[in-house]
Formats: sequence, C-alpha cells, structure tokens
Amino acid sequence: MLGLRAGHGRDMNLEQWTVGGRGFGTIFVFLLMAGEIYTTFTFLGGSGYAYGHGGPAYYILGYGCLAYVISYWMLPPIWRYARQHRLFSQPDYFAAKYDSAALGVLVALVGIVALVPYLVLQFKGLGIIVATASYGAIPSTVAIWIGAGVVTAYVMVSGVHGSAWTSVAKDTLVLAVAIFLGVYLPIHFYGGFGPMFSAIQNAKPGFLALPPQGESIAWFDSTILLTALGFYMWPHSFGSVFTARTDKAFRQNAIVMPLYQLILAFVFFVGFAAVLRVPGLSGASIDLALFQLSIQAFSPWFVGVIGAAGVLTALVPGSMIMMTAATLLANNIYRPLRGDVPDKAVSRLARCLVPVVALVAVFFTLRGGQTIVALLLMGYSFVTQLFPGLVMSLRRHNPLSSIGVFAGIVVGVATVAATSVTHTTMATLLPGLPEALRDLNIGIVALALNVLTLTVVDLVARYIPAARSA
Amino acid sequence: MAATRFLAVLPFLGILLGPVFLNRVTPFVLGMPLLLAWLLLWIVLTSGIMALIYLTDPVNRRPDPEA
Repeated sequence: MLGLRAGHGRDMNLEQWTVGGRGFGTIFVFLLMAGEIYTTFTFLGGSGYAYGHGGPAYYILGYGCLAYVISYWMLPPIWRYARQHRLFSQPDYFAAKYDSAALGVLVALVGIVALVPYLVLQFKGLGIIVATASYGAIPSTVAIWIGAGVVTAYVMVSGVHGSAWTSVAKDTLVLAVAIFLGVYLPIHFYGGFGPMFSAIQNAKPGFLALPPQGESIAWFDSTILLTALGFYMWPHSFGSVFTARTDKAFRQNAIVMPLYQLILAFVFFVGFAAVLRVPGLSGASIDLALFQLSIQAFSPWFVGVIGAAGVLTALVPGSMIMMTAATLLANNIYRPLRGDVPDKAVSRLARCLVPVVALVAVFFTLRGGQTIVALLLMGYSFVTQLFPGLVMSLRRHNPLSSIGVFAGIVVGVATVAATSVTHTTMATLLPGLPEALRDLNIGIVALALNVLTLTVVDLVARYIPAARSA
Repeated sequence: MAATRFLAVLPFLGILLGPVFLNRVTPFVLGMPLLLAWLLLWIVLTSGIMALIYLTDPVNRRPDPEA
C-alpha cells in the first residue's frame, strides 16, 4: 500500500514519524489538512444529519470557512514559534509558551479525551459501511474489529508520510463519489434539484431551514462559533501545522480550503434525496441514509465502490488520530512524568500504544448510541477549551499566567464532561431562560465559564505572587 | 499591514448574522433552499476575500527565506 511504501527505507525518528521532518510544501500541507477534515464525518455524518435534521446540517458549511479565515493569522505565528523552539506537538507548544510542564500534560490529556469520540466516529462509520456494502454478510461488530486492526497495523508501520499520500488517493475517490452521488441521486429520484427541494418543502414545510426552537439560529451560531474556534485546537490539526516548510503555506491554504467545502453541498443533496425515499431512520441510524439510498439506486458492484470510498474516509483520518493520541500519551504524558527518557524509547512506546488506543475506541464504538455529528460536537466541546489560552499566547506580551489558563481549561472541560455524561443541555438545566439562551450549544457555555474562571484566577494570582507558578 | 485585512470580518457577518434575516426555505435560488444558497455563496465569497487579503498583504511579498 501507498502508506507503507512511503515509510519504507527511511530511518524514522520521532520528528520524522510525527511531523515529517518539517519539510512539507504548500500542496502537501494542504493535502494533509484536507485529509483530516474530509472524514467519515463528512461522508456519512453530513448526509445523515441533512437527512435527519434538515437545515441545521448547514452549520457544517459555515464553520470551516470561518476557521480558515482565522487560520490566516493564527497559524503562521504558531508555526514560527514551534520551529524556533523545535516543538513537535500542541502540548509542547503550551508548555513552552506558558513555561509550565503541568499545563503541557493537561493539554495532552484534553487532546486525548477529545480524540476518543473522533476515533469512535470513524470506527462507527467503518462498521456501517462494511455491514451495508456487504449486504449484511459481515456484521458491523466484525467490521469494526477488522477496521481497527487494519488502521493499527498501518499506523505502526508508516507514520505521517503514509497519511499524507493515502490522503491523495482518498480525496480523489471521495470527491468523485460524493459529487456523482449528489448530482445523480436527486435527478434519478426526483428529476432534478429544484423538484427535489420542492417535494421536501411540500412534505415537510420548513425542514430545509432552521427551526424556531431547538436547533434554532442561536444553536446554529453558537455551534459554528464553537467549531470554528476549535478547528485547529485538535491535536492532529495543530500537529499538521508543524509539518510545513514555510508559513506562506497556511496563508495560501486559507484561500483554497474554503472552496473545498463546496463538496459538502453534494453530500447534503444525497441526504436530502433520502428524506422522502428512505423515510423512518431515526436516532443514531440516520447515519445510514447515504448507503440505504445507494442500495435502492445502484447495483451491488457500485455500492462496493461507494463503500471503498467510505472506508478510506474512515481509515486515513483514523490512522492520523490514532498516531496523534499514541504520541501524546508517550511524549506528552509519559515523558514529562517519568523525567529523562531518550527519544528512541518514547518513539517505541508511542508505537506500542497505538493498539491500546484502538482498543479503547473499539470499546466505546461497540457501546454505540450516538450519531456521528453528536460525537464530533462532543470532541469539539473539549478541544475548544484550549482556544483562550492559545489565542492569548500569540500576543507579544501575554498577560496570562499558566495557572489561570490551567484553571480555565479544567473548568471548561469539567463542564463539558459533566453535561455529556448526564445529557444536560441549557434547556434542561435552566428551562426558564429565553429561547435564544436555551438553545446555545453547551460547549459555548463551557467556553464562557472557562474564560470567566481564567480571568478570576489570573486576577487572584496577580495579587498572590506565590500562586503564579503552577 | 494592508487595510484589506478588515474584509475578514465579512464572512463572519455573512455566515453568523445572515441566517437571522435569511432563515427561509423559499424563494428557491438555483433550485436550492434560500438559506443553503446563501451559505454556499459565502463559501465562494470567503475564498475570494482571502485571495484579496493575500494579494495585498505585504508579508507575502517578502522573499521566502528557505525557498
């Protein structure tokens, strides 16, 4: 396979394995970043959410765009600092900027916690795809185990070079399949886009816009904000920043990447085409919409092609996520706690931890229950808590102390964890609030508490100098 | 610093504030629901705006230190 060959013949140290020796040009960085963004989430999650929720799915169009706008100014200084100080990872960055090893470990923990639902959603996608494309011959449980095994083997051998080159193959196939399905299915079943949307509007008036309650405009805006700010807070996205050779790459990507989002429109068309054709999927099974509709429309061999595209959208990002999580555990949690450990040992440990990470994700995948979009939003709620500390660190004279940032992240993450476990929303917590506040994404509320804590703790620390060193 | 960088505010206004006024299915635009068409338009506009910012940003005219 492409990825295995990419790793062959290179004696990879930790820097090679994780950041490709920091020598990637614009196109390579673009491919690496795109490869992480167009995942099972786009393919199955996007179409499923359009099918099950309608208009609210449009949020997916908005956040990427805004994240790229921010990236134009945010990524170059991160990259410059990381190169100057020879940093590998997001926790390294926080630890160096705030001169606090403890903050580094905390950031690594947050990253790992957020990556688990992200990996779970890739495995869940794999299960759906293999089970559906094999017409039930391979049960989804078996598919999840096989998929996890394949990704694990792949990551352990190839590292980041493998991910970037398989990205190319994946993107080409996914792009072609998504555009084809998005154009063909509405025409095949309805005679065109216009007739399809009219038919949906007649059957379900208002379904194609935002509802007045629940996933309303307040939800839409707060979710876009949460995910746009969190976009580059993912440890693997942050890590891909380090692979660039020049900081120009990010500014150029900020022009091209938004256009890449247009593919989502076709993914939505597939989901919408399914609304009236495969009615009745609800709860977590809305993610099946794309495949259920494809089975109605195509002969088995072509369902197989779609399945192959789908498998790639899960495997490539899955491998990137697993590698990141394992490296975080070895390099940013084990190493600082253990003290002086040579690079070679960390590198070896990271590889050994890959299957452990896979097992944890398989465990949560098999427990099931949530839609792909819900899983990703949960991950976003976690990683976005890192944003305030990061954005302040870009200032020439950062006024914040590490203890303030530390406390803010702890409070934000604890809020997200508590509300995720108990399934609390603003509406269940404070039903008396006006609609606009009740519908806020809970991740944004956690972010507000994070900033509040950060401010208070920082002010207190300023008057008690002894508390300044966290 | 070029003044064009302030254009970066526009995508935020278009995408976050636009739906307040345009949260409707009809009239259809190019056969698509109004809100969907509006957001797709902003994807294209965002790319154009970032291109303009890139071209007028003096930072990009500096020679590449390592190229």
